[in-house]
Amino acid sequence: MTIALKSPQVTRRGMLAGIGGMTFYFALGTDGTRILPPANAATRPASLSPWVRIAPDGNITILTITEMGQGSGTSIPLMIAEEMDADWNKVTLDWAPSNPDVYGWPDRSGRRVMTVTGSRAVMMYWNDLRTAGAQVRKVLIANAAEHWGVDAATLKTEPSAVVDPQSGKRLSYGEIAAFGQVPTTLPAIDKSELKARKDFRLIGRSVPRRDLPFKVNGTAQYSIDVKLPGMVYASAMHAPVSGNTPEKWNDAAIKAMPGVIATVKLPHGVGIIAERFPQAMAARRALRVTWSRNKVDGFDSEKALEHYAAIHADTAAPVKIVDAKGDVKAAFDGAAKVYKAEFRSDYTYHAQLEPLNAVARFNEAGDRVEVWDGSQDLGRSRDLVAKTLGMKPEQVDVHQCYLGGGFGRRSLADYAAEAAVLAREVKRPVKLVWTREEDVAHGMFRPMTFQCLEAATDASGKVVGWRHCAIGDDGGQNLITGGMRISSYYGLPNQQLELRNVDEGVRIKHWRAVAHNFNLFAIEAMVDAMAEDQKLDPVEFRLQRMSITPKARRCVETVVKMADWGAKRPDDRALGFAMSERSGSLGACIVEASIDRRAGSIHVHKVWVAADGGVIVQPEAAKANVESGIVYGLSSALHERLTVRDGAVEQSNFGDYNVMRMSDMPDVMQVSFLESDGHPTGLGEISTPCIAPAIANAFHKLTGKRLYHMPFTPERVLAALKA
Amino acid sequence: MASFSVNGKPVSVDADPKTPLLWVIRDIVGLTGTKYGCGAGFCGACTVHIDGRAQRSCQVQVSAAEGAQIVTIEGLAPNSSHPLQKAWVTEEVPQCGYCQSGQIMKAAELLASNPKPTRQQIVTHMDGNICRCGTYGRIIAAIERASREG
Repeated sequence: MTIALKSPQVTRRGMLAGIGGMTFYFALGTDGTRILPPANAATRPASLSPWVRIAPDGNITILTITEMGQGSGTSIPLMIAEEMDADWNKVTLDWAPSNPDVYGWPDRSGRRVMTVTGSRAVMMYWNDLRTAGAQVRKVLIANAAEHWGVDAATLKTEPSAVVDPQSGKRLSYGEIAAFGQVPTTLPAIDKSELKARKDFRLIGRSVPRRDLPFKVNGTAQYSIDVKLPGMVYASAMHAPVSGNTPEKWNDAAIKAMPGVIATVKLPHGVGIIAERFPQAMAARRALRVTWSRNKVDGFDSEKALEHYAAIHADTAAPVKIVDAKGDVKAAFDGAAKVYKAEFRSDYTYHAQLEPLNAVARFNEAGDRVEVWDGSQDLGRSRDLVAKTLGMKPEQVDVHQCYLGGGFGRRSLADYAAEAAVLAREVKRPVKLVWTREEDVAHGMFRPMTFQCLEAATDASGKVVGWRHCAIGDDGGQNLITGGMRISSYYGLPNQQLELRNVDEGVRIKHWRAVAHNFNLFAIEAMVDAMAEDQKLDPVEFRLQRMSITPKARRCVETVVKMADWGAKRPDDRALGFAMSERSGSLGACIVEASIDRRAGSIHVHKVWVAADGGVIVQPEAAKANVESGIVYGLSSALHERLTVRDGAVEQSNFGDYNVMRMSDMPDVMQVSFLESDGHPTGLGEISTPCIAPAIANAFHKLTGKRLYHMPFTPERVLAALKA
Repeated sequence: MASFSVNGKPVSVDADPKTPLLWVIRDIVGLTGTKYGCGAGFCGACTVHIDGRAQRSCQVQVSAAEGAQIVTIEGLAPNSSHPLQKAWVTEEVPQCGYCQSGQIMKAAELLASNPKPTRQQIVTHMDGNICRCGTYGRIIAAIERASREG
């Protein structure tokens, strides 16, 4: 019942080898699964485990991919167990090896990846894993049919058993595993053979997450907890200005410090290895490095953000059209009225509570390396470690650990590659831990943005034209443009979405809901302002004037009922509304807020979220995930602000980078999922981006003033009140 | 050499007297349920009980623990049987789980001195412990449940 691996020096896959039973090695494909040739399985035992193994005693082992608290560590194997009709109480989970060819889902290019980002794990594995589970079930039935000499079509399954309704005979999965054969080609599964939602026994039933018991007694193993024989500890100092390299440092003084074993030049930092971690930390504090210089030196994020406005005003600045439909020019030329507003947002930091760390160990020959990493992308971790070392991916095994928070940061294992470099250098297992200060200073941030929105209405007040221009560092990864598209909820006929990209060399990355955070803030605050101008209730305006889609309308109507939108509130409180969209899901959100006008602080008392995420695999875990998304959104809207001055990050720890605390919490958070048979879509981020606009809109209702710059710090709130 | 007890067992460790207790507990005693979050006393992930009081082990030098009775999450109760641990599972509190050892140890201190805390007393007591996944609402519910069910 555990995936808490407490003795990482013992390879579990070695322990599994040689045990009898049926093993199902299959690789996921676009049309379900294909079985791997047994020879392949035999020659690559280190990186290959059966997805499903049924032991003669009836115990079933199913692999899972990752777990950072969102629950998909349980949902993934649950989807297989559902279709194979496994008795969930007999199912044990184990981590999948770092082999995306086998354990990944196919991305747009057809390449298989183990990426778990954008709250898409269940969404991406849904078809393949259910098909795989159905294949396992079919094989078990075929074996029972042959054993009994009956037609397989007459047999049924119950939890972990094949039954023959005519004879009343029964074979448990364990009994079948004792004699059963797995064919070299797994049977094909037609979609009609998959269970209908009404027949689910596990999906939609709030099966408790498997990781919970290990997270209340200290036994859940994170990479920071891994201890290997002979292991030494490392810390690192990176260039305060991203991109710079170490030129020289006080090496002799550092090496003379207690416990210090070695110093190692890293591409953008210096690694220090010591017998104990506090010694490595002390040496890091004493380190004096001369860094190279680059274009980021002197970078000032506040000044840069102001410059974004100038870029927007510069008609000669290069523009990338993100999306366009209809005739936007005609819509604006013929508009009865044109609206325009500008919005800003700052950098934010992931602040996952487990600082980045990894453990690495080479074999004696130095031609294989094992890495322990809490990863959102085991395949990418493997590939980056291999590339950094100049090795082949198959020479690297990354062992999954629990993640002490991911939020998008742990899909890039630059820290794990560093740990591997250090381990190679000292020929001993190394645990590298970035201090919190290092984690902040060398973080990868949600980019800051400037946005300009324009809307055109016709004589009836309907919005017929929409222009959205965003300025910031897109990083070639939709870090700015994600969330600009509104068509899944507002089907406006004429739209143009533009990016004016800047590349300032600041380290940027995906951050829970990424660009949706600042884009939805701008979009939904803009819509609210138009409603105000037309003297329409903000919800009514969306329903009547924004070409709202039917799916979005259902979310709106649901949340309006949940919050009792029309009911009177206490005098010092007001409601704010916002739509949400992310990873295929739609949502609608209402907050009830008040303001301390002297302190300039906003307090959110109640939050309601209605979301359409298709079939909900684990309702309770999904609800917890949406609650978490709300809190992350509140944190982003009210507190989180990272600034860069003279090229270096100004904040250093939780003393100056503020995140939500218990006293900031709303009294009420209500989450509701719309009934749906649809393909599951992402839920872990649906409630994050709608919070800021909902708060800004409530703020307007309370004060008649608008907030245009996220986060809504006391300084900005006070300035808005005076405006 | 510093001597103290951890979860009822006597321990003697050879470490620089200024070493934060956190790293002694994790790397020398080998109990890794106590976590490193900030190393500066901001987050509470490293909370343990020292002579019955919840303290941040990253802010306590090992020399200051001489003779002390230290309890970590591993020693709170046998087989996760503390009412808070049971309530934490029932309310499905943990998400990433990294902060939860510290949260539970901090909450255990509260219930030991105030078995029936009000919601406001819970918030005031727990406010220094960060949960980045934002499970605060469920933490409150779990403390209330443990208080009710004992």
